[in-house]
Amino acid sequence: MKHLWYSLLGLLLAPPIFAADMPLNMTPGVTEISGKVFGLHMTILYICCAIGIIVFGAMIYSIINHRRSKGAVAANFHESTKVEIAWTIVPFVILILMAIPATKTLIAMEDPSDADITIKVTGSQWKWHYSYFDHDIEYYSLLATPRAQIEGSETKGENYLLEVDKPLVLPINKKVRFLMTSDDVIHSWWVPAFAVKKDANPGFINEAWTRVDKPGTYRGQCAELCGKDHGFMPIVVEVLSEADFDIWIEEQKNQATIAAAATEASLSQTLSMDELMTQGEQIYMARCAACHQPNGMGLPGVFPGLKASAIATGPVTAHIDIVVNGKAGTAMQAFAGQLTPQEIAAVVTYERNAWGNDVGDTVQAADVSQHGQ
Amino acid sequence: MNTTTREANMDAAHIEESNEHHEAHPTGIKRWLFTTNHKDIGTLYLWFSFIMFLTGGAMAMVIRAELFQPGLQLVEPNFFNQMTTVHGLIMVFGAVMPAFTGLANWLIPMMIGAPDMALPRMNNWSFWILPFAFTILLSSLFMEGGGPNFGWTFYAPLSTTYSPDSTALFVFSIHIMGISSIMGAINVVVTIVNMRAPGMSWMKLPLFVWTWLITAFLLIAVMPVLAGVVTMVLTDKYFGTSFFDAAGGGDPVMFQHIFWFFGHPEVYIMILPSFGIISAIVPAFSRKRLFGYSSMVYATASIAILSFLVWAHHMFTTGMPVFAELFFMYCTMLIAVPTGVKVFNWVATMWRGSLSFETPMLFAIAFIILFTIGGFSGLMLAITPVDFQYHDTYFVVAHFHYVLVTGAIFSIMAAAYYWLPKWTGHMYDEKLGKLHFWCSVISVNVLFFPMHFLGLAGMPRRIPDYAIQFADVNQIVSIGGFAFGLSQFIFLALVIKCIKGGEKAPAKPWDGAEGLEWTLPSPAPYHSFSTPPEVK
Repeated sequence: MKHLWYSLLGLLLAPPIFAADMPLNMTPGVTEISGKVFGLHMTILYICCAIGIIVFGAMIYSIINHRRSKGAVAANFHESTKVEIAWTIVPFVILILMAIPATKTLIAMEDPSDADITIKVTGSQWKWHYSYFDHDIEYYSLLATPRAQIEGSETKGENYLLEVDKPLVLPINKKVRFLMTSDDVIHSWWVPAFAVKKDANPGFINEAWTRVDKPGTYRGQCAELCGKDHGFMPIVVEVLSEADFDIWIEEQKNQATIAAAATEASLSQTLSMDELMTQGEQIYMARCAACHQPNGMGLPGVFPGLKASAIATGPVTAHIDIVVNGKAGTAMQAFAGQLTPQEIAAVVTYERNAWGNDVGDTVQAADVSQHGQ
Repeated sequence: MNTTTREANMDAAHIEESNEHHEAHPTGIKRWLFTTNHKDIGTLYLWFSFIMFLTGGAMAMVIRAELFQPGLQLVEPNFFNQMTTVHGLIMVFGAVMPAFTGLANWLIPMMIGAPDMALPRMNNWSFWILPFAFTILLSSLFMEGGGPNFGWTFYAPLSTTYSPDSTALFVFSIHIMGISSIMGAINVVVTIVNMRAPGMSWMKLPLFVWTWLITAFLLIAVMPVLAGVVTMVLTDKYFGTSFFDAAGGGDPVMFQHIFWFFGHPEVYIMILPSFGIISAIVPAFSRKRLFGYSSMVYATASIAILSFLVWAHHMFTTGMPVFAELFFMYCTMLIAVPTGVKVFNWVATMWRGSLSFETPMLFAIAFIILFTIGGFSGLMLAITPVDFQYHDTYFVVAHFHYVLVTGAIFSIMAAAYYWLPKWTGHMYDEKLGKLHFWCSVISVNVLFFPMHFLGLAGMPRRIPDYAIQFADVNQIVSIGGFAFGLSQFIFLALVIKCIKGGEKAPAKPWDGAEGLEWTLPSPAPYHSFSTPPEVK
């Protein structure tokens, strides 16, 4: 509230100036399609402006010249079939002229055939998952803005709320086909610079495509209300030259090999309570706190609390099971594909021993792995 | 002969007796609870709608305060979502729709030369279930887990598997609102069809009556669809059905088809009566007959028919076949034609008139300009490839607030100023009215116009926090919002002042006004026309 009054005061003292860095118009984008879409947008805008000038112009002329205070006497006409026909047909013709380029662009946009690369995009509350069909690469992409910036205890960064831990990476000059789906509610994957916005529907697959001309970093957001943190699931796309993209693919493959080896190794490791708790807290804050809250209390009536809960203080196998497989028919996701056995072990340990739960047991990667991950 | 005289005397005595019975209406709370009078019920509807307007407005203030700057300051996201949801539901079902039903109750019998509405007891019932519906809806905000938080469009599965425990209350309150609307609509249809004064042929009906007749048919057609879709949400959530769940053979997109099959006619339900109001006010203050009366009637009917063929333009991003997208794009663009005809007719009515600018006319002129701006953005949204960029951004928020606030609500304000002298018997305070107009019209544009830019720059709707580049424009929007909210208290003060007293209004306070309602004294008598007037 205090902030609000300060800002109100500040606004009164300084004349409001539009932010120099916010464009006031739609982006022309970086693809052929987005350029066409921008062109259509400007055409229809100009048509509307022209009609507006004529209609409002006539009205304002009347308001100025046909006012009673100036002694205007009302004319008597009240119908004219010719005029009525004219202003039915003229708009109709304008609409047809507008519909022709719109139809052409739409048909081009809806043709995802002959793609060079196919990527499956899966939305879930509140993150995106990318899976490269041709390269056996897949990963989650989560909001990277720290909580402290959102709550205002830290200064907000340049890309506040539009930054992720692992962006989607694409090459230029390749036709990329996206297959959109969702694990829970409806999300919508939107990158304005590509003019791609397509809903991710649970249980169904939608198609969209793009071919980017210019390397760069492009940012977007989920566009369909998808629950509490709908405003906190951004999209970042890193577009690389074709050579750089190949290098990136190689890197990902190497990293995957290293990660697989680490997971294998973790199965025979036994970590101490302290190690598990430290790692577990980090993971909990990044992956679990959005629903179960940082203090483990949940949101009563929406998301259950974990503090003193039957799961977190009950048998450990049931606890591992719900984290690994999720709970059908609720917002609780299956984390088997999202976290390594070692990470699940840490977060389960954390949940069983934080906030005064103090069950005292530790869970190791091998325990999770045995659970059929 | 003797017998006949006696019979005639008895008849006369009987009529007198029943008249006395009619006049003995109760006072105090009982007058309002048991009333079957179209004016009392109209008044109840209008006050209820104003209270809901302030309630929904208070929620909008919470939204604008949170969005005043980036970051989470005042409310947490789950509550923010409840505010956007309930704000929308209250404004649509609690403010705009009951206001129009209130106007219909007050005006239709007076305009067609009838004593009252055709079904007075149902009229009472259709109003009195509304406060219960909204009490249920608002009380759900105080439940554990909060009220509805899935947007007023309640898309499944966010409103089924993932919704709060209070969803059943939301469903029942929507059911009650729907029943109320259907009863109101039936009453309007029956009244207009059966109770017109002798000589009042169809093409002599005032346009407000015509537009309401068409609106009433739309309501009867689509309210059951809304009832159906909320019931499917109810059974999906609580009784294990899978209408909208792919795992059980359902389809979440089917929800949107059913919802928008209701939802698109619904948006015309909220604007057609406005067209009727503007078509009464513009000629009155232009002192010139409405241009193209019959084309107005045909345009209204065309809009109503087309409204059933465009629902999927709300769903272009859901992944439809390209042929469906083209069909819905063309049909949607087509709506611009009859809507354009209406705007042209109003301008032609003003052309070479003898204009004066009392408050009702000011609101009517603002309506024509600002509603047309909303129509332009609507036409832009109809272009499917571009809609992919506009969809679910603040551009859409700007669009529908232009048509609903500066469209529907401005026309309701215009109507209130225009007919207040007839309702209360007093002239309202013209200075205060003009102050209300100028405060509203300036602040509402500061509030909604910059939202176009936010949307084009890429700000999604329904988010509690945003990227810093949107900060300055959001701040301006919020200031416009607070100012618009405050301005409405001028209206409240004006109405109370007008009810309490003021210059006595003549039967016809506006020299250019036309219609049967102006042949009645001001305030209008309790029973509008006890003997039907002759319409030539």
